[in-house]
Amino acid sequence: MIDIKDLRKSFDDHEVLKGINLHINPQEVVVIIGPSGSGKSTLLRCMNMLEVPTSGRVVVDGIELNGEANINKAREEIGMVFQRFNLFPHMTVLQNITLAPRKVRRISQEEAEKTAMELLTQVGLADKADAYPPQLSGGQQQRVAIARALAMHPKVMLFDEPTSALDPEMVKEVLDVMKDLAHKGMTMAVVTHEMGFAREVGDRLLFVDDGMIIEQGKPKEVFENPQEDRTKLFFSKIL
Amino acid sequence: MNGRVNLMNFNIDLIIQSFPLLILGAGITVQITAISVGLGLVIGMFVGIARICRVTPLRWLAAVYIDFLRGTPLLVQIFLIYFALPIILNQRVDPFIAAITACGINSGAYIAEIFRAGIQAIDKGQMEAGRSLGMTWVQTMRYIIVPQAFKNIIPPLGNEFIALLKDSSLVSVIGFEELTRRGQLIIARTYGSMEIWLSVAIIYLIMTLAISRLVAYMEKRLKTS
Repeated sequence: MIDIKDLRKSFDDHEVLKGINLHINPQEVVVIIGPSGSGKSTLLRCMNMLEVPTSGRVVVDGIELNGEANINKAREEIGMVFQRFNLFPHMTVLQNITLAPRKVRRISQEEAEKTAMELLTQVGLADKADAYPPQLSGGQQQRVAIARALAMHPKVMLFDEPTSALDPEMVKEVLDVMKDLAHKGMTMAVVTHEMGFAREVGDRLLFVDDGMIIEQGKPKEVFENPQEDRTKLFFSKIL
Repeated sequence: MNGRVNLMNFNIDLIIQSFPLLILGAGITVQITAISVGLGLVIGMFVGIARICRVTPLRWLAAVYIDFLRGTPLLVQIFLIYFALPIILNQRVDPFIAAITACGINSGAYIAEIFRAGIQAIDKGQMEAGRSLGMTWVQTMRYIIVPQAFKNIIPPLGNEFIALLKDSSLVSVIGFEELTRRGQLIIARTYGSMEIWLSVAIIYLIMTLAISRLVAYMEKRLKTS
């Protein structure tokens, strides 16, 4: 589903990603962990070209991400959820969710709203359709953001620290929605600090440090028996 | 009286007689200001967006436009359009057209900068969210960024409206009969400099105060919505 070859990214003269090779299979849930500044968010943001790589290639769902047209086409198939939600504050929840399907997929208003209501029901917020984002709690906003991404019927979902900006009591409601999504077979790449989620939901755990994939494997195995010193050091600090 | 000039000479009747004419002039002032700001808003939106787009020649053109119009006096711009342009076009330019064109493209430059600042004040996560949903840069600008920017720029836009309302007095030099020009014409006939200029000033003041109140009201309403 996602194929990354020798991906490199530099900001000025600082190299953030130092040659990443990664293949994500359909329906796979890949959880990316690592210290802050390790490049894990940049890696995720390269998967839909919010960050343009310095070199290397990224192919998503058979579309190579090069050139404006290809990138826009691929982004229709790649949903993204941000740490800071990034809902559109001047639109209602329903408008937030229906905008892209109407303008990009060109589906009718009625159909877009029908899908939006189904998704809102799925994330438990059907009663908030007419609310504006600033009226919602962080956890509710993030669930709307997930519904908004899903409304495009993406084949892959990218999550960039989706619970890091939330109050502790709201983390679970968002993780539950993500869990549900994973069980329904969505292909997901998740950058997170939620080790419980990584262990329970992840098919594969990626430990990234200093712009490289240091170690990867089944989450349970990596957690219980890390092979690399840097992984051990990281776990010793957080667990 | 012995030809002494003092406040006792203040001619209230002259003000009362001239009032309808001055109010007509004020109406025309409001009219050219509104049309010019409307024109400036359209120009300003496109130039402001061009100023920050990724197409380098467009960005460069927008910068030249803004620098030229902000860096030269409006009075000179009015002369250029009314006196110099006809030489190029080989055709006379109507004073009304000249007035709104000069004021419109001039305020367009100021409004472009207001727009640029308003757009740049929007969190960059908004553009990222729009683009990540597969929308193009133009779609994201149109549906997400610009509507939010509009809300932010209402106060500076109100200031621009007030500034232009006052600056529109400059078009009196090409004989266009707005408030200031009406005042001049009445004085030429009646010699009532003090009465008429005072009346003109007060009418401008009433208009600018009314606009600033209106803007404050709109700002408050938008904040609560």
